[in-house]
Amino acid sequence: MKAWLPALLRLAVLVLLVGFITNPSWFEPLLKPLTENGAPAIYNQGSLLTLTLQHLWIVLVATVAATIVAVALAILVTRPAGTEFLPLSRSLVNIGQTFPPVAVLALAVPAVGFGEKPTLIALFLYGLLPIFENALTALTTLPGNVMEAARGAGMTGWQRLMKVELPLSAPVILGGIRLSVVIGLATATIGSTVAAKTLGEVIIAGLISNNLAFVLQGGLIVAALAVLIYDALSAIERYAARRMGQGAE
Amino acid sequence: MTARFDKLGVVIAAIVAYAALLAPFAMFRANRIVPGQARSMIEALPPALGPLLLAIVIVGGIVALLKTPLLVRLAASIVALVALAILIGTAGSFLTPAGNTFARIAPASGFWLLVFAFTLLLADVLTRLNLSPWSRVGVLVLAALAIAALLVSGSWDSLSILKEYASRADSFWAEASKHVTLALGSLAGAVIVGIPLGILCHRVERLRAGVLNVLNVIQTIPSIALFGLLIAPLGWVALHVPGAAAIGIRGIGTAPAFVALFLYSLLPVVANTVVGLAGVPRAANDAARGMGMTDRQRLFDVEFPLAFPVILTGIRIVLVQNIGLATIAALIGGGGFGVFVFQGVGQTAMDLVLLGALPTVALAFAAAIILDAIIEMTATRRRVVETA
Repeated sequence: MKAWLPALLRLAVLVLLVGFITNPSWFEPLLKPLTENGAPAIYNQGSLLTLTLQHLWIVLVATVAATIVAVALAILVTRPAGTEFLPLSRSLVNIGQTFPPVAVLALAVPAVGFGEKPTLIALFLYGLLPIFENALTALTTLPGNVMEAARGAGMTGWQRLMKVELPLSAPVILGGIRLSVVIGLATATIGSTVAAKTLGEVIIAGLISNNLAFVLQGGLIVAALAVLIYDALSAIERYAARRMGQGAE
Repeated sequence: MTARFDKLGVVIAAIVAYAALLAPFAMFRANRIVPGQARSMIEALPPALGPLLLAIVIVGGIVALLKTPLLVRLAASIVALVALAILIGTAGSFLTPAGNTFARIAPASGFWLLVFAFTLLLADVLTRLNLSPWSRVGVLVLAALAIAALLVSGSWDSLSILKEYASRADSFWAEASKHVTLALGSLAGAVIVGIPLGILCHRVERLRAGVLNVLNVIQTIPSIALFGLLIAPLGWVALHVPGAAAIGIRGIGTAPAFVALFLYSLLPVVANTVVGLAGVPRAANDAARGMGMTDRQRLFDVEFPLAFPVILTGIRIVLVQNIGLATIAALIGGGGFGVFVFQGVGQTAMDLVLLGALPTVALAFAAAIILDAIIEMTATRRRVVETA
């Protein structure tokens, strides 16, 4: 495979994606064979563009909140004052990951009602775990000689954190963020079962009316978004790792 | 001064204080979907028992707050959890007006927070005790037996979740077995296909990137879409392949759910097999070659046993993930606990949601603990082999 082929492929996916969500009617002939009894081939109960933007917005808000909380918690339990919480926080992360997204979503409804809020809560909780886990791994496996040198150079605890520990951990933390974004993009579609306005609405409308064209377009938009965002975040991660002199992996 | 307080205990004591004194202990509703009225711990229990439970949780909170020996903390958390578990049932029968079958009593936020706080304390004690894998499974079995005893004894029967269960007892077990079959069956399929595929990817480097990329892309397709997309091809197979319909392959129902879960399961199994085999020390392989082992002997006697803990980790990920994802199968008629979750969401009947969600969480949790224990055991054995 030539080196430019993957880049070209990504560009093609991006162009197709943007074309589809801005001008879905262009693609109608392609999807028409999947419908039965003259059902509409393109989702007609809302604009795909608006739904895509709302989908991305929910994931963005949840991921930013999850990143702030997860990294802050990881910093807290790796400081001398918080070491008592370290073993427990590890077990909690382990336990937390066993909660199925649908359960989190459904259980949040009685507390906050239907709509976007339960989806945000589920995405936030789900996003916390991979970021926290990665941040914890990164902060507890920093090379001892570097930390020694920082201490020897007379850096205060705060300086060490901001200038040494966090920058060195950045690539691994970014890896956690990437995981949680991809999980979030998929989980946000399930949010439509509790009436959140996301692309899941399109898929569920298709499942209810037995319209395969809806299921396909909803699923493909989310999958394309996930692949593109995953790639973009991987690239940022590699860049961060190179800057930290950890080689291109 | 600060030295005498346990840091985690401060958090636990704060939750206990809020939950016991300010939050509602139980929720009373005239029927299953109207909004509830809150009842505090004292109001929800018969005159003697309310103050007793309050005393137990406050003592438990104080034990957590102060630096106390591990065994005292263990006892306090278990006593508090058992008292909560028994007395929420008492609250159920106490609050239900005599002869009224419409009234619903559900545990409220105060109860759940207290359970959370003391589970946190218990988890902290168990983590610090550093239990061996077998004793962890033992603790799990004990907890499961205790819950089963409470369920069988009927002391929870007046609670709303069990009233939902009582009106669907038959379908509950049918959905439960479908849920477990879906999760375990797709795992078995993924293991049977995934491990040989992983070995192949390990041996044939040209295949590796391609296979892993395809599996990665499958993971990005949202579950409800993948379930939906499989309806068409499986429907076609059922119509056109003789015998397919007879063995249960259909466009909707269990078949697409099974295939979707199988596809999601492949990546962790294949990827971990590849990583596990790649991590086999060169020295071990060289020694095996030096002893004149054939490729096949080397694979089964050296590489595979050494890679096994890593492969098991992949299986653990898949099993926990499948138990959760199987709830979504309900959306395409595949059954499982998701049936209750989505019915409950549709009827805004939260007790019904809990009836589906709690067993799912319990199953996933139990699967995680058991597999973690197995992984730890195989990993220790491996270390013993390596040092021997």
